[in-house]
Amino acid sequence: MQVYKAPLRDMQFVMHELHNSAAHVAEIGQTDVTAELMDSVLEEAGKFATDILLPLNASGDEEGCRLENGVVRTPKGFVEAYKKFCEGGWGGLSSPTEYGGQGLPEILGKMVEEMQCSANLSFGLYPGLTHGATLALEGHGSEELKRRYLPKMIDGSWAGTMCLTEAHCGTDLGMMRTKATPHEDGSYRINGAKIFISAGEHDLTENIVHLVLARMDGAPRGIKGVSMFLVPKFVPSEDGRPGARNGVTCTAIEHKMGLKASATTQLYFDDAVGWLVGEPNRGMRAMFTMMNAERLSVGIQGLAVAETAYQSAAFYARDRIQGRALSGAKYPERAADPIIVHPDVRRSLMTVRAYVEGCRALSGWVATALDLESKAADPERRQEAEEFVAIMTPVVKALFTDLGFELSSMALQVYGGHGYIRDHGMEQLVRDARICMIYEGANGIQALDLVGRKMPAHMGRFLRQFFHPVQAFIETNSDDPKVLPLAKSFAALQQATAHLAQVSQKDPEEAGAAATDYLRLMGLVALGFMWAKSAKVAEAKLPHANGDAGFYKAKLTTAQFFADRLLPQTGALWGAIKAGKASMMELEEAAF
Amino acid sequence: MKLLVPVKRVVDYNVKVRVKSDQTGVELAGVKMAMNPFDEIAIEEAVRLKEKGVATEIVVVSIGVAACQETIRTALAMGADRGILVETDASPEPLAVAKMLRALVAKEEPGLVIMGKQAIDDDMNATGQMLAALLGWPQGTFASKIAIEGDTATVTREVDGGLETVALTMPAIITADLRLNEPRYASLPNIMKARKKPIETVKPADLGVDPAPRLTTLKVVEPPTRVAGKKVGSVAELVGKLRTEAKVI
Ligand SMILES: Cc1cc2nc3c(=O)[nH]c(=O)nc-3n(C[C@H](O)[C@H](O)[C@H](O)COP(=O)(O)OP(=O)(O)OC[C@H]3O[C@@H](n4cnc5c(N)ncnc54)[C@H](O)[C@@H]3O)c2cc1C
Repeated sequence: MQVYKAPLRDMQFVMHELHNSAAHVAEIGQTDVTAELMDSVLEEAGKFATDILLPLNASGDEEGCRLENGVVRTPKGFVEAYKKFCEGGWGGLSSPTEYGGQGLPEILGKMVEEMQCSANLSFGLYPGLTHGATLALEGHGSEELKRRYLPKMIDGSWAGTMCLTEAHCGTDLGMMRTKATPHEDGSYRINGAKIFISAGEHDLTENIVHLVLARMDGAPRGIKGVSMFLVPKFVPSEDGRPGARNGVTCTAIEHKMGLKASATTQLYFDDAVGWLVGEPNRGMRAMFTMMNAERLSVGIQGLAVAETAYQSAAFYARDRIQGRALSGAKYPERAADPIIVHPDVRRSLMTVRAYVEGCRALSGWVATALDLESKAADPERRQEAEEFVAIMTPVVKALFTDLGFELSSMALQVYGGHGYIRDHGMEQLVRDARICMIYEGANGIQALDLVGRKMPAHMGRFLRQFFHPVQAFIETNSDDPKVLPLAKSFAALQQATAHLAQVSQKDPEEAGAAATDYLRLMGLVALGFMWAKSAKVAEAKLPHANGDAGFYKAKLTTAQFFADRLLPQTGALWGAIKAGKASMMELEEAAF
Repeated sequence: MKLLVPVKRVVDYNVKVRVKSDQTGVELAGVKMAMNPFDEIAIEEAVRLKEKGVATEIVVVSIGVAACQETIRTALAMGADRGILVETDASPEPLAVAKMLRALVAKEEPGLVIMGKQAIDDDMNATGQMLAALLGWPQGTFASKIAIEGDTATVTREVDGGLETVALTMPAIITADLRLNEPRYASLPNIMKARKKPIETVKPADLGVDPAPRLTTLKVVEPPTRVAGKKVGSVAELVGKLRTEAKVI
């Protein structure tokens, strides 16, 4: 049985105490969004996740999606749950009010997203993609397209997709073949085949709006010749309702390792009517609006699955009795002690917990920057926030999703063989978490984005948005021994950064060889920073915490565990980076 | 018709309550609080009556500490129209609550008071009955079905032997049982709208009621832990134990 209740207290801690939501909403001009309001939204969203979405997680995995005569059927219960999702207005949480959204801050939105994906990752993908598509459309679409499509997508009655991947091009989108031919009425005709398109066809909504990358006739070769088009499944008629069936059909759905209730489709575009979004040949720019949002969301998916894995494993570890505590029987009246007494089981539980809470704190930090980027009054603040989001996006995507898989596997281990068989749902979590490391740009590509693009951009200016706050915190707290491990790790990160800047100028393969380790190093420092700050907050609150003392004590202990047991990996990573590419690149290809 | 629905802020039903170390009551500090589940059912019923066009306005009342505002907001997010908070730090007993509600009924003149049959914190199951007695109004307690026609409320009651149906001439008091309905989830737009709905705050003294408790709690303790059962090997052993240890045969 998968166990999940929204971690409301920790979410409140992250929003209100760690990232000071009161000051944050003031800075983005939304003082009407009080802490009480955010809490009541969290509470309702939590109920929805646990009561409506969680019960469909295992059954959805078991049943999967079916393709029948070109129509995809989602598993039992999904249609009803999606209807409730729309009735609840959840899809429009952070969308602009002018198109029917609620305009709430991202710091809240990301928490709600986490809950939905914790309870049911497959379900979460449908509204998640729709939301991403609205962002791209809002940022780059014509007024006419926005007016026609956004309200429907924001209220959830129409869904969205992103169509990039083709059989011969995944990472390297410059090889794309799908074509767009101009039509005399100003629209385009799209022809080609896409694969692996999430939510490309399903029965949840009356219409599906595909954002498709394609190449216009005569466009330059490579990625600079790709444009973005909006291709609806049903072309809206004059009254705005879904009209004629467009020339896009689902030819197959993929059979995959996990994420089974999310339809991963092959789409065939046969003279489909489409409209240009953004400028010709600037499709990647428009798509990046969606992709950046999705990358953060996919990171949160990793965190979300790990949270459910943690809650399930913690429940099981208290329940399952096996062996005796090394320090002598803790429950002599029982046939054996619960396995939570064993240090190695503790190691697993503490590791998962420390990463999960650290990631949540970090996602909260990035979410505040997402708000500032679009809503801060001061243009300089907006600029800084944008740069911070840019540098942290690959870190959140790759770090959280690598961890999502590692941690759910670790949580499965707590169940022993009972985790490997299907009954407890743990193996589903591991299978589901695995995709997050691949889609939205495989994690290796995220690492390259970090070291190859984001780090050197504007002479390292993006990096400063992360380095400066960490540095300032370490300096302010230089007399606090608890901050020492962070200071050490940060020093390793600075050295690695300087080293990379130097060697990769001469040999870009050095950067490529170091990228993944570097990203993990930076991610660990970011989590270490979040933990050190969390510990400061908890320490200050503890003396007058009353009934909440247990929460703050647990924060302090977990912070200590992170500093003692997890943060030291930064030293090893720096060692690996320093060693360079030589042994990695040496073998002849034929030797593999 | 106006409806009045009292709601109580209680420890969330998911929380495992703990006795305070000084044995004066259960620990409330830092504990998650929520609307009494039976009151949620009462609110849901009121909202359904409004949606059917039977009721025109729903007034929610909560009596207790300032944080009861949040409980009222929850009711407003479900569809109630406005709130009244009777603010007091005392923890009033059913009779005092019933008296305060009587004063509010006199002021608001609702056609129907719908409330939970009991609160899950003290399980008193008394306030609705007391309010009916104080007002001299008919009461339909433990309702699992309500039908309104003209000035008659037909209430199906869950009683020990089965279902009893009573017809009440309104104004009346109805207390909700578990199976009356399944409360809705508040939608996001309604949570937002609830922020703008009015909540009036009054004090018990404004209603001419002294909220001080009349009972003195001597102490609150955890129930004794149950001792583990034993497995017996045979029927003979079972009979033996029943005779010599349990002494029941
Ligand atoms: C369940 C699922 C859902 C998906 N949903 C969508 C969707 O909605 N829309 C969509 O467009 N796509 C979707 N995809 C496709 C997904 O984004 C791609 O699979 C992914 O981008 C990787 O592309 P690829 O599979 O072609 O792998 P490849 O590009 O062939 O990469 C293979 C490996 O090589 C590495 N690699 C490739 N190039 C480089 C390089 N230059 N440097 C270093 N390493 C490199 C990669 O990191 C990877 O590990 C989905 C895929 C799956 C499985």
